[in-house]
Amino acid sequence: MQESRREETLRMKRIYALEEHCLGCKLCEVYCVASHSVSKDLVKAHKTEEITPRVIIESSGDTSFALQCRHCDDAPCARACITGAMQKDPVTGIVSCDSERCVGCWTCIMACPYGAIRRDKYGRSIISKCDLCAEEGEPSCVSHCPNNALIYKELEANERGVE
Amino acid sequence: MNYVIIGNSAAGIGAVEGIRLLDRDGKITVISSEQEHVYSRPLISYYLSGQVELAKLKYRPDNFYEQNGVEALLGDRVLRVAPAEKGLELQSGQRVTYDKLLIATGGQPFIPPLKGQSGENVFSFTKLDDARSLLAQIKDLKEKKIEGQAVILGAGLIGLKAAEALIKAKLKVTVVELSERILSTILDEQAAALLQSHLEEHGVDFILGDTITEFGGNSNHLKVNLKSGGILDCNLAVIAVGVKPNIPNITDNLIVSKQGLLINQQMETSQADIYAAGDVAEGYDMLKGLRRVIPLWPNAYNQGLVAGQNMAGGNASYDEGFARNAISFFGLPVITAGIIDPPAEDLAAKAGYEVLTTGCLEKKTYKKVVLRENRMVGFINLNAVDRAGILTGLIKEKRDLGGLKDQLLSNDFGYLSFAEEWRREKLWKG
Ligand SMILES: Cc1cc2nc3c(=O)[nH]c(=O)nc-3n(C[C@H](O)[C@H](O)[C@H](O)COP(=O)(O)OP(=O)(O)OC[C@H]3O[C@@H](n4cnc5c(N)ncnc54)[C@H](O)[C@@H]3O)c2cc1C
Ligand code: SF4
Ligand code: SF4
Repeated sequence: MQESRREETLRMKRIYALEEHCLGCKLCEVYCVASHSVSKDLVKAHKTEEITPRVIIESSGDTSFALQCRHCDDAPCARACITGAMQKDPVTGIVSCDSERCVGCWTCIMACPYGAIRRDKYGRSIISKCDLCAEEGEPSCVSHCPNNALIYKELEANERGVE
Repeated sequence: MNYVIIGNSAAGIGAVEGIRLLDRDGKITVISSEQEHVYSRPLISYYLSGQVELAKLKYRPDNFYEQNGVEALLGDRVLRVAPAEKGLELQSGQRVTYDKLLIATGGQPFIPPLKGQSGENVFSFTKLDDARSLLAQIKDLKEKKIEGQAVILGAGLIGLKAAEALIKAKLKVTVVELSERILSTILDEQAAALLQSHLEEHGVDFILGDTITEFGGNSNHLKVNLKSGGILDCNLAVIAVGVKPNIPNITDNLIVSKQGLLINQQMETSQADIYAAGDVAEGYDMLKGLRRVIPLWPNAYNQGLVAGQNMAGGNASYDEGFARNAISFFGLPVITAGIIDPPAEDLAAKAGYEVLTTGCLEKKTYKKVVLRENRMVGFINLNAVDRAGILTGLIKEKRDLGGLKDQLLSNDFGYLSFAEEWRREKLWKG
């Protein structure tokens, strides 16, 4: 039986972007693709595997930053998903999508307040979103950002809402 | 604690998960008139078209009931709820008692009174069994080498999903709709016209402003009489003019309004220890400021989740109800939410509405946002759905948009459009 837990108590590490450090170089996107490839090879992943990046880079003028799924406590995407493909793991807190069951209805896109879910770029009816590189310990975008513009940590109460 | 849930779908499963957040030991019984393990109702059209196989309709894993300590009484129907005895009477003769009861019985298809409709080839389309019956009929036609023709009554979400699936199953499809436009509850005129022509390009024929009065002919060859006097020939027909709350027979009076069971923001009915959630319930619509049925999957799950927590002694509430929808037809996606077409009288009365639109006919895109007193209350994103959830989030946030308003329709609308402080507040939450 699933562990009994109260809502909104799960603490976890999340990715935070430091806008003032970000140069908009998009390396995080490049490494995200490699990390989710079969080959794990930068060149092969981009040339031969059709992988949609799971990070969204926003830039305008000289401000830019990378945005990934926030792995929300209340995961509105998972609560809206019509197939059950999108789930929040009650233990790790990671929100991830089972692409075998996703039908590309985009209900989760309608529900995600961060706009963090992408449609597959290659025309398949599935979504693509950050899974915190669940298998790797640290998200690949964070470990490969040359400017240290991404951090991966659990916020202390006094850090919330501030940078 | 002895929990009983009538209904094994979005709201019922939400409630199981809500109860288990707070109480891992209480006994949970789920009763459903359908035989199936919990399945995704919206996927029945994907099953009909062959896009998704039967095994993948499951909304939760095979061991869901076991994992959550649920006794599932599937294929049995609740005939009567007796609040005075805190008991239920089932079709099988079994009696079940409860400490806390959730009514999550969903909707049932509304069938208008039509003459001669006894024929076996007139279907509804709300259950997996309906899809199975349709598939059997299609197979039968194929075996007889008959080129199948279908008539669908109703151009709402369910009717059009059925139309798309039947086209993919290689039938010819005509949709008859009383209103002058398709999907009139979730699209405005422009979006409806765009989507209609897209559906027509894929072979769906429409007869708008008309309805069916009578079915004639025999079961393999139906003659559909229209109000306008026309007659359509077909091999099967689907009636999809709407669903109505499926309220079980209750001895003492629960307050039933004109549509469903009235609930408060805690999902309680007027009867102690009886909760309701999903398509059977009239919950609060935060945009319209009234209680009404919002017959959509996310709404049902969220209401169920809240009901479950409260049944288990929690203190949850759901006050974020409003219509919201993501649908695609033949690869053209549309996301809509909230008030998408303010009534003319409200616009004329200058009730603070502001409507902004943009779009491109050739690219089949259309975007519209509706603001009320500078707050987001609705939008349509047709064939431009990426990041639409940011808009849904703004509806819930109810915040004055200030200068952000001018960027809502822009293609690169995103978190950089927010003022820095607002953005930080959202992104550095926890
Ligand atoms: C074809 C189709 C496509 C749809 N597509 C979408 C979509 O894309 N997006 C979206 O948001 N929504 C969609 N919907 C709507 C969505 O499916 C419903 O809003 C949702 O299923 C409501 O869930 P519910 O739990 O309230 O009730 P329901 O899903 O209606 O389930 C009711 C349950 O109660 C049981 N029951 C009823 N009466 C009794 C009784 N007397 N005794 C025992 N058991 C009983 C039934 O067996 C069933 O298990 C679609 C619906 C259909 C039919
Ligand atoms: S996809 Fe969006 S809604 Fe879902 S957990 Fe991530 S940020 Fe939250
Ligand atoms: S697109 Fe996939 S993950 Fe998103 S709601 Fe639909 S089925 Fe679920």
